[in-house]
Amino acid sequence: MKEFGGKVLFLDRSDINTDEIIPAKYLTEISKDALKPHMLEDLKLVGFDPRSPGVADARVIVTRANFGCGSSREHAPWVFEMNHINVVIASSFARIFRQNMFNCGMLAIELPESAIDRLFSHKEGAKVSVDFQGNKLTIESGKRKETFDYSISEFDMALVRAGGWVDFADARY
Amino acid sequence: MAMTLSEKVFQAHLRDEPFPGTKVLGIDVVMCHEITTPIAINDLVARGKDRVFDPEKIKVVIDHVTPAKDTKTAQQGKILRDWARRHAIRDFFDIGRNGVCHAIFPESGFIRPGYTVIMGDSHTCTHGAFGAFAAGVGTTDLEVGILKGVCAFREPNTIRINIRGKMPEGVYAKDVILSVIKKLTVNGATDCVIEFHGEVVRGMSMESRMTLCNMAIEAGGTSGVCMPDEVTVEYLWPFISSEYTDKKAAVSDFRKWWSDEGCEYVMVLDIDVTGMEPQVTHGYKPDQVKDVSMIAGEPVDQVYIGSCTNGRIEDLRVAADYLKGRTIAPTIRGIVSPATPKVFRQADEEGIIKIFMDAGFCVTNPTCGACLGMSNGVLAPSEVCASTTNRNFNGRMGKGGMVHLMSPATAAVTAIEGKIADPRKYGKGGTK
Repeated sequence: MKEFGGKVLFLDRSDINTDEIIPAKYLTEISKDALKPHMLEDLKLVGFDPRSPGVADARVIVTRANFGCGSSREHAPWVFEMNHINVVIASSFARIFRQNMFNCGMLAIELPESAIDRLFSHKEGAKVSVDFQGNKLTIESGKRKETFDYSISEFDMALVRAGGWVDFADARY
Repeated sequence: MAMTLSEKVFQAHLRDEPFPGTKVLGIDVVMCHEITTPIAINDLVARGKDRVFDPEKIKVVIDHVTPAKDTKTAQQGKILRDWARRHAIRDFFDIGRNGVCHAIFPESGFIRPGYTVIMGDSHTCTHGAFGAFAAGVGTTDLEVGILKGVCAFREPNTIRINIRGKMPEGVYAKDVILSVIKKLTVNGATDCVIEFHGEVVRGMSMESRMTLCNMAIEAGGTSGVCMPDEVTVEYLWPFISSEYTDKKAAVSDFRKWWSDEGCEYVMVLDIDVTGMEPQVTHGYKPDQVKDVSMIAGEPVDQVYIGSCTNGRIEDLRVAADYLKGRTIAPTIRGIVSPATPKVFRQADEEGIIKIFMDAGFCVTNPTCGACLGMSNGVLAPSEVCASTTNRNFNGRMGKGGMVHLMSPATAAVTAIEGKIADPRKYGKGGTK
């Protein structure tokens, strides 16, 4: 199974849609690799630069409500995967995006808004580590360290363990 | 126990419950287009599992970029085309016979009440207009659907919307759904099915019901749903006439899918349309909706009429009523994309294509077109499009561009005036 965690990219806005994560003009690509340079290219967020080093180093995204709304394009999780981001932590997700993450064996973790506020209080340079078996995640920045319990469904846990939905479904149906 | 329509559909299609709360359903129709399917096909080939669960239940169309605009889109078409041939998928709509997926599949009679439908396209919720459970999914869910004919869902909750009153002049299904999204907000219906009830819905055509259900996803909804009735039977009759002795028998059979009296809703919303104004979005989220009178006069560069939301014959008729005998402002680029060849042909026979052309519109072939900025009709930075489509996201129709969503009537009069305009001042059907 994958290792989950690393440096955090904070995206402090709700309703970030999949057009912003990967614009439709790149959906003509038939390899996931070709998506890589275009992650978050159209994100409308003051001060955000998709070319900054903080974006390139990120392994975890922390964001607000309804992340991944809009188009069903799995290119959104794929562009994260191609940029070595395999955890998104938000106060809520759009259904299709959330399932696409787990279907690809990646983590979409929901936390209450109060916990999301705590995560945001850490700001730049923070790192998140995920204890997948223990359903816990820890954020660390400077001398501060905080741990949060989360829950994801048994089915989504099984998908991550199986490496995604195709392998799970192929073994079972 | 009293059940909702989608609970009944879930019960009838349940194949497996691998964990509490997760239901794996058998799928009746797996729909495919050239944007989200080729990567699924390539993955199946790479895994040595290039199979399909049932070629009769797979429906395929090239619609997003057609004719192909470059080598990459030509390749996407080729992967889909070769695959459909390899697996003897009969219902494959290639150029000349293709149209927007959520218009051409229902038009071809593929959707029935009580069906489960998936597609790698978020606007799959459209097909719930027939009393089906129809959900957009990602490429991996699509891939498993193609291979195994199943898909996993959390059982959705249901929101009931009662739409009552008398539709005012100049107000259409698009205005109603925009006002619903404004009330629900962009995630108010996440993990929910939205049921549309009430006298206004019962009086709507299938085209209007599809417009309502199409935008359920803009409130986060899994599927939009209407109860299948006489209107549904009339639309489907050419495809189901051999299965029933008469239309009445079909109506009474479809009735079994209706949500029961006393079933459980997580929310019930009553909407009276009587005093409703035409609705227009501003900003970059589909729940940012205003009455047209608050936003009339705002500048526009392009007007787009088409898409899975409003590219059907009824939509073109409405726009043509306003455009007849008029020309669009010289500063406006008008583009109309009839959603299917049948719609195009019908519009031609009814003189609607001529009305559009006389008014100064460019008429394109049936395609998703300008809606998502990956084919034709792309905006330049800072340009504004008044559009009958479904998403006003930042960059949706081109980087730096802005989109105002509205009905075909509002779009037509906006084209005429060169700025956002109110169709009501043109009287009933644009006759004033």
